[in-house]
Amino acid sequence: MSLPPSFLQSRLAKLSRLAAHPEFAIGLREMLTVAPGIGAWGVMTGVAMVESGMNLVAVLLMAVLVFAGSSQLAALPLLSGGAPMWVVLATGFCVNLRFIVFSAHLRPYVRHQSRLRRLMSGYLFADINYVFFTRRFPTPATERDAILAQDAYWVGSGVCGWAVWSLTGLVGVGLGSSVPRSWGLGFAAILALLAITGSLITSRLQLLSATVAGVVAIVAYALPLKLNILVAIGVAVLACLVSESRSVRR
Amino acid sequence: MSGHDLWTVATVLGLTAVTVLTRAFFFLSNRDGTLPPWADRGLRYAPVAAVAAVIVPEIVTTQGQLITTWMDARPIAALAAAAWYGWRRGVLGTIIVGMAVYLPLHVALGW
Repeated sequence: MSLPPSFLQSRLAKLSRLAAHPEFAIGLREMLTVAPGIGAWGVMTGVAMVESGMNLVAVLLMAVLVFAGSSQLAALPLLSGGAPMWVVLATGFCVNLRFIVFSAHLRPYVRHQSRLRRLMSGYLFADINYVFFTRRFPTPATERDAILAQDAYWVGSGVCGWAVWSLTGLVGVGLGSSVPRSWGLGFAAILALLAITGSLITSRLQLLSATVAGVVAIVAYALPLKLNILVAIGVAVLACLVSESRSVRR
Repeated sequence: MSGHDLWTVATVLGLTAVTVLTRAFFFLSNRDGTLPPWADRGLRYAPVAAVAAVIVPEIVTTQGQLITTWMDARPIAALAAAAWYGWRRGVLGTIIVGMAVYLPLHVALGW
């Protein structure tokens, strides 16, 4: 498969123009503030991948390519248990269902991009990227300069998250079992998310959303495949919509 | 590499495809459908719900069972971290304060 050189050149030119935009650095820096949390989670995931007994090629590929912590961790026991491939993939899909909700939200922000570019944009955006991006850009841009700014932020944020996740995953692979899992270093990721939750609670309704989601996530915990997360998002959003329409009517 | 190893590698590549498929799910079509207004409004509450749904069970339950002892490092560390966040707002500081409370309690005392 060979691509015309002009294709690659135009891609690289586009990428370097985005990287030179000030929003690129802002997106990157915002992700760096949570790097210790993502990093600790990445190291622990790397350790878990080695300890699962997968072959090294698969471990390394998983560390740099899959880029979705909870689906990686969910896949490990299935892979070492010799589950059929479709079961592993279906499990990963269900664990990732929340991303489908995020993609519905983000769709208007990428409508000007080519399909290939949209796939790349989606790949780069995990939970925290999505949260930071929608916090910084509550509405999709419509004019050229503003669209460029959002794109630049997107790439900076996404590349930074990917780099931190992959590098710390590889560190975890290298450390192997010399980091006892009983230390619970992964708790740093929860603390990072705790701070992010705080930054998102800017109104009474956002507080309602967080509270409802937290309670429902516990009540529905017994659901398989982390579906409690999805149910919690659904109920919280619904509760906010109902509460919103009531206060409007009053 | 053995056949089993190749199968594992193929599954890992498949998981990568699943990441792309789910994260870009509504980016796939070229047609530009617009969401109904209620969905548009509702999605503004999704980010905070997603994050809260992930962390709350990790702080106050063990495998979904509410913890019944106060000798658990996680809620104590989370309270300390939340207090720091309320005071200073930094993410990094929140992580450092939380871990500074968590690690001694968890590793040394086994809470």
